[in-house]
Amino acid sequence: MAAQAELRWAILVIAIVVFLLGMVVYMSLHWALMPPARIETIDPTTLHLAGEFTEGNLGTAIEPDGSVTVRVIGQQYSFTPQCLLLPANTPVRFRSTSSDVVHGFIISGTNVNVMLEPGYISTFEATFKTPADRVMPCHEFCGVAHAAMWARVRVIDKKDFFKQAGKERRLSCV
Amino acid sequence: MFDSKRLVLAHFWVASIGFLIAAVLGEWQMYVRSPLHAWISNSELYYRSVTAHGAAMAYVFPTLIAMGFGYAIAELALKQPLIGVRWAWIGFALVVLGTVTAMVPVSMGLASVLYTFYPPMIANPFYYIGIVLVVVGSWIWVALMSINLHAWKKSHPGEPIPLAMFASVAGAYLWAWTSVGAAIEILFQILPVALGFKSTIDAGLARVFFSWTLHAIVYFWLMPAYIAFYALVPRAIGGRLYSDTMGRIAFILFLVFSMPVGIHHLFQDPQVGWGIKFLHTVFTGIVSVPTLLTVFTICASVEIAGRLRGGKGPFGWIAALPWKNPMMLAVAFSFVMLGFGGAGGLINMSYQLDFAVHNTQWITGHFHLIFGGAIVIMYFAIAYDLWPHLTGKALSDVRLMRIQLWLWFVGMIVMTFPWHYVGILGMPRRMAYFDYGHPAISPEALSVTITFVGGLLLVASAILFIVILLRGHIGNRISLPIFQFSVPVHPPTRLPAALNSFALWITLMIALSIVNYGYPIAQLITLKQSSVPAIPVSVQR
Ligand code: HEM
Ligand SMILES: [Cu+2]
Ligand SMILES: [Cu+2]
Repeated sequence: MAAQAELRWAILVIAIVVFLLGMVVYMSLHWALMPPARIETIDPTTLHLAGEFTEGNLGTAIEPDGSVTVRVIGQQYSFTPQCLLLPANTPVRFRSTSSDVVHGFIISGTNVNVMLEPGYISTFEATFKTPADRVMPCHEFCGVAHAAMWARVRVIDKKDFFKQAGKERRLSCV
Repeated sequence: MFDSKRLVLAHFWVASIGFLIAAVLGEWQMYVRSPLHAWISNSELYYRSVTAHGAAMAYVFPTLIAMGFGYAIAELALKQPLIGVRWAWIGFALVVLGTVTAMVPVSMGLASVLYTFYPPMIANPFYYIGIVLVVVGSWIWVALMSINLHAWKKSHPGEPIPLAMFASVAGAYLWAWTSVGAAIEILFQILPVALGFKSTIDAGLARVFFSWTLHAIVYFWLMPAYIAFYALVPRAIGGRLYSDTMGRIAFILFLVFSMPVGIHHLFQDPQVGWGIKFLHTVFTGIVSVPTLLTVFTICASVEIAGRLRGGKGPFGWIAALPWKNPMMLAVAFSFVMLGFGGAGGLINMSYQLDFAVHNTQWITGHFHLIFGGAIVIMYFAIAYDLWPHLTGKALSDVRLMRIQLWLWFVGMIVMTFPWHYVGILGMPRRMAYFDYGHPAISPEALSVTITFVGGLLLVASAILFIVILLRGHIGNRISLPIFQFSVPVHPPTRLPAALNSFALWITLMIALSIVNYGYPIAQLITLKQSSVPAIPVSVQR
């Protein structure tokens, strides 16, 4: 009886192993056929001089196609901008990086959670359901004053947001 | 026969003292970041402490326990004198030397980069050199475990390797390959910068190398506990091991599958593509299989003990178990914590849910429960089980041991449950202080205070543990029966080569790691423009 139970377990285990090896083969073929996932790099030493992360370009922007993008950088020990102004019920594309060490952030009460690494651009999309004021702490140890690195996020009504956006090129609530 | 007593004792004592010091530091951290204490004026001290606590608990303590327990097993299970005792002492000396070398700059505040390093932050080079020495010391242990096994195999052709030894060697090989990730990161990326030969470093690539170590190191930590489940628990509580084969399969699965999953630590990272993340998620599901097998087998073995002791009916055997026996208590507590921790682990593992908890206090709560709780409580049980054989003296204060185990269990629950909770509320980890007056944070204040209280119980338990071990040296001399490992219901007489050797599994382990890590590493190495200036922590801006 014990031997039989054992046998069943062993068969199960073997099935799992075979499945996994199948996965590996499948994924390898898949990659061989697909272009590698795009990983965006950027030079952190020239962030402020040129390109999309210059100071005047940070904050929330309406792109020519009408979509909303927010650009944020993390540095020891703050974010720029320190307060993100975002529209509710609108897909928002985040583009973010670090100008020195590894940082990260979460936005309280949401599923936004990302790492910022110098040399790489982190992008993702999020939609915030309701207008609210939220906190946005850095969540990766980045040096002695890591605990001081908190930013804010203000999600406002979509209409108000787009009204303001007509007046300014980049929005924030600093 | 047990010739290497002093060797094993040395490992256990240094481990235990390091553990006690680190536990006190942990509780200090709990205190200063709680509402009970005003904002710490010099937060650098907090990170000094977390670096020391983390490095001691993650690298030094479990490594010494695995090494000491491994040497004991090599001698007791193979019933032959340990080959290479001199080398074993050299390995031990390297671990001690490495610990001191690393901790000096840490205590001076020159290496507050935590146990995870995370370049481009760069600390004093001696911190990294110290860690490398610890790892090199442990590699000597790996080699000795392998050499002892092979010598035994030569003189016992075709015989089944005793399960305890089989598992220990699996753990050693696992560690050898796992530690390579961090070793590459330190030797080829970090040290050239820390020593001033280079000034830039690829932070994303470094995280990939570190993840190779960071996940599987967890299985290295849990090996001694799992070996105790299979090889000590059934014997200590008067039962039989339900299945020797299942034990071997579990350890083989750990060996093969714990490396190619580490990128689940990088779900939120920009330098790894989604395909790799998905692949690693799938594999992460698989590494839960050996734990499920173990839970099944050990519960069945415990049931056998209950029935042998006269327990009847579907639950009567539980009441019949020897609850006064510390090993029984430890394994029960361990399973409860493993159960809760495992449920939490499923959340971390799923790509979607992980976004709610990554790098929050949930994570620290989770690994304190699993590692500090379920695994470390078995380290205590192992020490209690071996101690009389090491000292030759009775470890008679069983009541004190029970109190110690109860305190650890209750303390862990009290500490980690609210710790998980504040994590769900979005409290980030590794923070020296919190603004509890802020409306977004004030709801977390009470929970943080409770975690501090749990920590107090744990410190009390840690002190008791040391007291019990000390008293073990002054007890009455006793003559002990020879050390026994668990006897399986069906002791194996002949085993297929696959269950009695490692060549196939090591090949598979390396092949899977190369598939799962080769692609992202190659991709990052060939990327242009991804190295960034190093930021030395000693010249904070
Ligand atoms: C008296 C018992 C303990 C207390 C009070 C305690 C407390 C703490 C605290 C407060 C932190 C810092 C968390 C943060 O800032 O995010 C921490 C980190 C850590 N603890 Fe413990 N701990 C204890 C026992 C243990 C044990 C037994 C282990 C493992 C064997 C362990 C392993 C770790 C590790 C690896 C870290 C590093 C975390 C990091 O760098 O973020 N701790 N502990
Ligand atoms: Cu930070
Ligand atoms: Cu992991």
